Amino acid sequence: MAHFDEKAKPFSHKWLNERMAVDTVKKVLSTEYWIPKDINFLWAMGMILAATFGILIISGIFLLMYYQPDVKTAFDSVNYTIMSEVGYGWLWRHIHGVAASVVFLVIYIHMFTGIYYGSYKRGREMIWLSGMLLFVLFSAEAFSGYMLPWGQMSYWAGMVITNLFEGFSPTIAGGVANFPGFVEWLRGDYVPGQAFLTRFFMLHVFLLPLAIIAVIVLHFATLRLPHVNNQKGKEIDFEEAAKQYKHGNKKESKVIPFNPVFLSKDVFVMGVYFILFFYLVFFHFEFAMDPVNFDPADGLKTPAHIYPEWYFLWSYEILRPFNKDLGLIAFGFAQVAFFLLPFLDKSPVVAPANKRGLFKVWFWVMIVDMIVLTVMGKLPPEGIWTIIGLVAALVFITLFAVLPFITKKEKKA
Amino acid sequence: MSNRRDFMGMALGSFAALGALGALYAAKRTWDPLPSVKSAGFTTIDLSPAKENELVTEKWRGKPIFILKQPADAPKSDREIHVAGGRYLVVVGLCTHLGCIPAYLADKKQFKCACHGGEFNSVGVNTFGPPPRPLDIPPFKISGTSLILGETGPEYEKMLAAGLTLKV
Ligand code: HEM
Ligand code: FES
Repeated sequence: MAHFDEKAKPFSHKWLNERMAVDTVKKVLSTEYWIPKDINFLWAMGMILAATFGILIISGIFLLMYYQPDVKTAFDSVNYTIMSEVGYGWLWRHIHGVAASVVFLVIYIHMFTGIYYGSYKRGREMIWLSGMLLFVLFSAEAFSGYMLPWGQMSYWAGMVITNLFEGFSPTIAGGVANFPGFVEWLRGDYVPGQAFLTRFFMLHVFLLPLAIIAVIVLHFATLRLPHVNNQKGKEIDFEEAAKQYKHGNKKESKVIPFNPVFLSKDVFVMGVYFILFFYLVFFHFEFAMDPVNFDPADGLKTPAHIYPEWYFLWSYEILRPFNKDLGLIAFGFAQVAFFLLPFLDKSPVVAPANKRGLFKVWFWVMIVDMIVLTVMGKLPPEGIWTIIGLVAALVFITLFAVLPFITKKEKKA
Repeated sequence: MSNRRDFMGMALGSFAALGALGALYAAKRTWDPLPSVKSAGFTTIDLSPAKENELVTEKWRGKPIFILKQPADAPKSDREIHVAGGRYLVVVGLCTHLGCIPAYLADKKQFKCACHGGEFNSVGVNTFGPPPRPLDIPPFKISGTSLILGETGPEYEKMLAAGLTLKV
């Protein structure tokens, strides 16, 4: 079967094609990967995420050259050495910090776009699940990175979050869900210390990025057969539309190839995004640098207010208004709720939320509730804020509990 | 034919499973706290300099330890430690909710945790908010006017048996 042309020049197109089928690979992965025409700029968020991840890797590599994962020197290696001695060290740090924050904004837009257009069902369940897995991995990556400068927020966030793994109180169900030793095992010490810092360093710069790359590949693979959704949720006959396109009926065809047609649109959106991104890096990086973390870690002093970075505030606020055990249940629920979406939505309709009756209300209440939770999570747990936070947390839980019922009744549009 | 292939598959599979189990155990042990971390877990604290209703903070296993000498007129509690005629509250200064350090408000005779609003009274019993239990009492042994934290003496054993604290 294999035929090798002896006269083909080494590394010429023909030579490579005979050895690696480069033409076929290119077709399958890009020039004949079809994208519907009826989409908008929100469909560029995925590629923006990929590009931002690339930026995190590049800036991370440069930070790694001077960062020291030692509890005695970590703080100074970041805040003194990298920030004021290393040439342009501040640039990598500000890029890394801003990218870590902005990447979550884009993730949320990407997620809510998917929810709005119903892109998590009818063959797209695996896209949604692999996407949620990426969300969890990015959360772990951001948390582990936050430990590295070993400031006050690093230490106390590390303390509070690892304590969550103690589980429920020993009085609940005879203590079966109580794991006191587990917290010390996670930390490798009674409190966050050297063992803790080095293991989170390992996770942050190696294991988690590796897992993220693997899951990005999986995420792309899950897209290949169902293709991306479109603005009306229409089922497109991709084979038919592709045939039309290849026969030159580009105008009538409902699709365009990913490369180069769709990619050029992606690149345009990316251009706009990067103007904004570098504006933040050079002129407004401080939103990504918590001032409390510019005090070195001190195990004998808790900062007056402990709050996570903005992207964790909503789930933190769901934990906060309850007692320990209820809080843990609510928090656990918040972590898995979005994973369950394809199975909680019982309606077969794939359409924009605004065309889906009660689901429209559900969607917008959910968005507003997430924003309220985020704002409340930042405010101190006092007086009226506690009550608003409690109501918003209850609304969140209720929303997911009622979703199967309101979608079951939905009529096919 | 297929029997031999099955046999090879199963032989490889079981050795691989054995190896994986061993590797998992080694990985678990690597994450364990080091022996040096565990053996450094003893601290002696002299209680005699403490003044009434004034919080003293010491350090044991990296954790803050609160020492609060109870005023003579304060109601008695079985959570206190009696040393040389004085009554002391000695607790791990980490909120039993998620581990922030509560502040002591001497005028209100109360501990308040800023993280999620938890409150404890002057003998460390939770009175408000998310904390699920009183502040933990560290294992101690009385030695003259001092406490050796990390060792267990009869007074501590009694408190533990009475359910006044969890083991930390
Ligand atoms: C998934 C993407 C990533 C996220 C969300 C992320 C997030 C973070 C965050 C929030 C910090 C603390 C920022 C600060 O205080 O300056 C940080 C620090 C750090 N990251 Fe990442 N990171 C990611 C990828 C990487 C990669 C791929 C590497 C290396 C190959 C890396 C290396 C570092 C280093 C060395 C630091 C410590 C220096 C510092 O604190 O400025 N990161 N990361
Ligand atoms: S850690 Fe003290 S109330 Fe939550």
